[in-house]
Amino acid sequence: MPITQSDIEKVAQLAHLELGEEELKTLGPQLAEIVDYVEQLNELDTTNVEPAIGGLTPEGERTETSRPDEIFGSLGQKIALAEAPDPAEGHFRVPKVL
Amino acid sequence: MSRQTVEFSITAAERLNETLNAFLQIDREGALQRAEELDRSGKVGPLAGIPIAVKDNICVKGLQASCGSKILGDYHPPYNATVIERLTNAGAVVIGKTNCDEFAMGSSNENSAFGPVRNPWDTTRVSGGSSGGSATAVAAGIVPVALGSDTGGSVRQPASLCGVVGMKPTYGRNSRYGLVAFASSLDQVGVFAREVEDAARVLGVIAGRDPQDATTADVPVPDYTASLTGDVKGARIGFPRALFGKGLDNEVKSSVESVVDVYRDLGAEIVDVELPNAGYAIAVYYIIATAEASSNLARFDGVRYGFRAENAPELRQMYRRTRAEGFGPEVKRRIMLGTYVLSAGYYDAYYRKAQQVRTLIKNDFLKAFASCDAIITPTSPTPAFAIGEKTDDPLAMYLNDIYTVTANLAGIPGISVPCGLSSERLPIGFQLLGPYWSEEMILKLAHGYEQVRPFNERPPISAS
Repeated sequence: MPITQSDIEKVAQLAHLELGEEELKTLGPQLAEIVDYVEQLNELDTTNVEPAIGGLTPEGERTETSRPDEIFGSLGQKIALAEAPDPAEGHFRVPKVL
Repeated sequence: MSRQTVEFSITAAERLNETLNAFLQIDREGALQRAEELDRSGKVGPLAGIPIAVKDNICVKGLQASCGSKILGDYHPPYNATVIERLTNAGAVVIGKTNCDEFAMGSSNENSAFGPVRNPWDTTRVSGGSSGGSATAVAAGIVPVALGSDTGGSVRQPASLCGVVGMKPTYGRNSRYGLVAFASSLDQVGVFAREVEDAARVLGVIAGRDPQDATTADVPVPDYTASLTGDVKGARIGFPRALFGKGLDNEVKSSVESVVDVYRDLGAEIVDVELPNAGYAIAVYYIIATAEASSNLARFDGVRYGFRAENAPELRQMYRRTRAEGFGPEVKRRIMLGTYVLSAGYYDAYYRKAQQVRTLIKNDFLKAFASCDAIITPTSPTPAFAIGEKTDDPLAMYLNDIYTVTANLAGIPGISVPCGLSSERLPIGFQLLGPYWSEEMILKLAHGYEQVRPFNERPPISAS
């Protein structure tokens, strides 16, 4: 399936990525080539095949493991904010939303 | 005692880093302090005083975790990954954080924002990736063991290219709490070591259920070193003949085939097996891994940690610019591909289809393991290639993972073991894949080979 310039722009929008002119130009053909490659999967009939979603091993899929409902420590506001680019008054400050 | 060992590693890391670029951070002061504390306390543990290098996408409290990306650059996580907590409790001393492909996306370490790692066997060649720094640190004798992460081969492939042992355990065998997520249904922390026994020892320490990671399974952790008897007699090793064909370097082919002969001589039974859908693994992988990555990497938005772009007065503009300036080309490519395959109208055609074929690949293995205990393949189709050789062709780069991605898709364990040098004196590795929770068996088989064909060669760039 061909990937148009407007497809790329739409996907970039969805992915919250600002792409430059050069990137828009190179990404289109590169993605098209990869998508073309992955379409070889259509050679396979998977009509009644369950998708492998969820745990991979029977042991990993067990869900009965639970823990006691006890309060335990968390990082706390100070540490949680320590790596923020713009913390203010105990919050994460961001540019204006609207 | 610990201090001496740790100091040797730190000094070697510092001295060789200009050449190899294996470390993004070397913690001389902190590591020496911890080593001295260990010496003073007289505390003994299974890894007492062992210096260890850790891939820069695994959280070590007090050290950076850049993930090889500008977007996290100077990020310092406020907690330890569970695997680090366990290693430290066992007496290991983290000496630094190793270079890697950005967010573990790559097979050559050329996607690091901080420059490629250089292969100690030939510094014009790649180390492999994405855990290239960890592989190199062990290969060059800087540390005896290191941690990496393996999403599609990122421990096994660089291990092969650098001539060390690299192991990825079963999905759910160890905790990913504190491992920066790339593709959550594939990611697993793995171990590098010079020798199989060291890998077994480290795996024994980090394995097991962790309440902080719901995907860890409640399966008992055996003493992996106890299985290393050297006796592989009667083991059934599956040989997938069809995978030894097109695209495989001749020297790698004959080297791995001679490993099969060694196993036969040791009394193992070689069984023909088929993995009919293995050829589709790369296609499946690049749908599932990118889809999951596009979702996991949504958290890097310039709000809570890491880099934020300047001059973006509006929120969404800030997100877009931060990500545009913070992520490198391969990460952007994968986020774009992942977003595309998950976008409205395409989900069934790509993601669901890939998950169905993943079931077929998993079933191939279940069927094959009905007649064998482990499967042998090459780890990488070629020895280390030149830096820059494949950077312009993403698809050619992806094909490096052809032998390793299937283990991640199926969730099974795999190990890469060195089995010789090419005519250009570049390491070659073979891979053993086993059924779920068969770490003991594949370690035992790997060790059995190592006993009769020890890999004693050392690279020209080396600590000692």
